[in-house]
Amino acid sequence: MGNVLELAEVRKSYRPGFIPKKREVLKGVSFTVAAGEIFGYLGPNGAGKTTTIKCVLGLVFPDAGTISLFGRSPLDPRSKDRLGFLPENPYFYDHLSGREFLDFFAQLSRVDKTERPGRIDRLLRLVGLEKAAGQPLRKYSRGMLQRVGLAQALVNEPEFVILDEPLGGLDPLGRKEIRDIILGLRKAGRTVLFTSHILQDIEMICDRVAIIVGGRILSQGRLSDLVSEKILFTEITLAGVDEASLADFGDRLQTREGRTLLKVFDETRVQPLLDLVRERGGRIHALVPRTQTLEDIFVDTVARR
Amino acid sequence: MTILVIARHTFKEAVRDRILYLLLFFSFLSIVLARVLAVLTVGDRVKVVKDVCLASIAFFGALMAILIGTGLVYKEIEKRTIFTLISKPLRRSEFLLGKYLGLVLTLAAMVAAMTVISLAVVFLHTFTLEIQMLPAVFFIFLELLLLTAVAVLFSCFSTPILSSLFALGFYLIGHFSWGLDTLIRKTPPGIGRTLLRVLDAVLPDLENFNIKTEVVQSLPLPPGFGLGAAGYAVVYTAFVLLLAVLIFRRRDFV
Repeated sequence: MGNVLELAEVRKSYRPGFIPKKREVLKGVSFTVAAGEIFGYLGPNGAGKTTTIKCVLGLVFPDAGTISLFGRSPLDPRSKDRLGFLPENPYFYDHLSGREFLDFFAQLSRVDKTERPGRIDRLLRLVGLEKAAGQPLRKYSRGMLQRVGLAQALVNEPEFVILDEPLGGLDPLGRKEIRDIILGLRKAGRTVLFTSHILQDIEMICDRVAIIVGGRILSQGRLSDLVSEKILFTEITLAGVDEASLADFGDRLQTREGRTLLKVFDETRVQPLLDLVRERGGRIHALVPRTQTLEDIFVDTVARR
Repeated sequence: MTILVIARHTFKEAVRDRILYLLLFFSFLSIVLARVLAVLTVGDRVKVVKDVCLASIAFFGALMAILIGTGLVYKEIEKRTIFTLISKPLRRSEFLLGKYLGLVLTLAAMVAAMTVISLAVVFLHTFTLEIQMLPAVFFIFLELLLLTAVAVLFSCFSTPILSSLFALGFYLIGHFSWGLDTLIRKTPPGIGRTLLRVLDAVLPDLENFNIKTEVVQSLPLPPGFGLGAAGYAVVYTAFVLLLAVLIFRRRDFV
């Protein structure tokens, strides 16, 4: 599959106010987004995620490096015909109703007049805003604005969707719904790039990730390549065995209401521990093997820097 | 035509601005007060009413162009609504020209409203519809086209307050630059006079659009005036808009 987006050695600096010294925000960012994948762009606040996206959209001009969107310049309207974008903390024209807002963006995306009402209805249904469609946006909650923003990003049925912190400000149910929509986009063959600092979200739905810290990509690749399948330790909650007998197996984390939480680092010690509990007539309440998570990698990457 | 989509949206947005209605209210007040002024005047009262009405349209129209024009583009950047707009297949120049066109439509509606009230006030004096006032209104509108372009130009790189001051400066200079002619005549030939001539050529001359006296006093217009003023408005406006587009095209939206 070809690449939808390619960034090579992109650099960008800003001059804050009248201060002559420039602040370099992007220090040679390079990555590619392949067609049909969900690409997670991960980084702490101020790492340069939004600036990268602004460069891709042509909102700011990079000082150096190249960006290719569908093989063209990001400023070319033909590449934007195939693109959808949801900004972080979306601000919209609050005097428009949800339906008017989507109609305005559908017009800008040159959606045919006859096709517009049907498509807007479908999108409102998709993001769960059918009932609020007639209300002005100023009466929308933050979560509702996020949803209508997502509908706006999809109004031209784009092949590539860029979502800047799409799950921010949503309750757990809303986050699940948006996650499902993103997964639905992949199923429909669309490409998604989304930024987040919530690792769980990225881990749940992304095929590949790039981690940006301080304007540099420090790690990127397939999630399965980045995250080791190796078991780091096993957390076992048990009862009915005296604490002194458990000392050889691992670290005791806590004992509450007769249950002991034990952290076993050596994988080969798990089975003997289970045998001991059975011999002593005890009970196993929980056994959770902990593999490496994206969070571990992220914390490790940021700490190493 | 994406320019027209932006223009229509800008029009709908601008006519919701409270400042616009405040200015419209004061312009109506000023026009209606022309009747009171006329009562206090010795001589041709109708001329006073017409003069005050046209001056009100020109003054409040200019205020509307400056105050709304300088905020329109800036607001889009400040509220970050431009992020979503630019992500659509829309050129920056189309966005800017659409904004300009939307504001021109708004001003057309406002000038039309002020003209209707003015004609009604004059009608109360003469009991005839004084449509000969309309050419003066047309040239006021041409001046507003230019002033709006200037307001939009400044709003591409400056805050509304600064842009308003710059645009107001342009308006005042434009109306007083004719005084340079006298200064040039009185300056002895040399480098000083040459510099003044350059300044005279560069500075706007908004008095080019002022035919209020001719209309009120029923005087004939200088030959070729209409074409000259219209040409001046079109060329100057196009130049200012081109400059605005060039600046806006290279701007970072941080």
